[in-house]
Amino acid sequence: MITPLENIIIKTLCRLLIPFIQLFGLYVIVHGHGSPGGGFQGGCILAASFVLVVVAFDLPEAKRRFSEKLNNIFCSLGVFIYAWTGWMCLLLGANFLDYGILNKILPVNPVMARYYGMFSIEVGVGITVMAIMVSLFLDLVTGGKHEEALDE
Amino acid sequence: MIWQLDLILLPLVIICAIAAITVRDLFSATVLLGAFSFLMCMLWAEMGAVDVAFTEAAVGAGVSTAFFIAAVFVTTRRTKD
Repeated sequence: MITPLENIIIKTLCRLLIPFIQLFGLYVIVHGHGSPGGGFQGGCILAASFVLVVVAFDLPEAKRRFSEKLNNIFCSLGVFIYAWTGWMCLLLGANFLDYGILNKILPVNPVMARYYGMFSIEVGVGITVMAIMVSLFLDLVTGGKHEEALDE
Repeated sequence: MIWQLDLILLPLVIICAIAAITVRDLFSATVLLGAFSFLMCMLWAEMGAVDVAFTEAAVGAGVSTAFFIAAVFVTTRRTKD
């Protein structure tokens, strides 16, 4: 569906722009608990950089850089980080996602333990949102034919 | 709240919304919906809801416009009704 563009301006501009978009997405995820932003917005920005790769180059090139299998692993890795943070709190004797108790295993006081708990939640949410958005975009762009799109 | 900014933004939001549902070309409707999302983002930032504005800019104007364009590519460009 998406044919490779032979336009040097678009390719060069996207090659320059994509690292900065991804750096901004990581900034939004990492600063999510202290300022506007967070895992959802940062994940969407990271997914938008992948969409830009598909638009500037073509689909096989984009899949060569970020394969479907790796995307599926990321998709469950974020949920794993989120759930594991919650379960760690549960195993240490507090409620689910009650981060303050994490100071028993982290060498910090409860306030900073809350800080790091929220940070790991944001990272998990960001990874999953990025993977799901990329998966949705690939589904839409190939019409549901995942791996056949590589052979075209 | 800055009422001068509201006076500029609100008619543009209404014009974009009405144009997006009346235009025949689906690609134009997608672009108008992106413009609507961006204007709503500016309106929310102006009202002080920075987090909502950020979400609207990232999801509404960024990713969902790309999704709609990808969906328009696999259907017909013009509406039949």
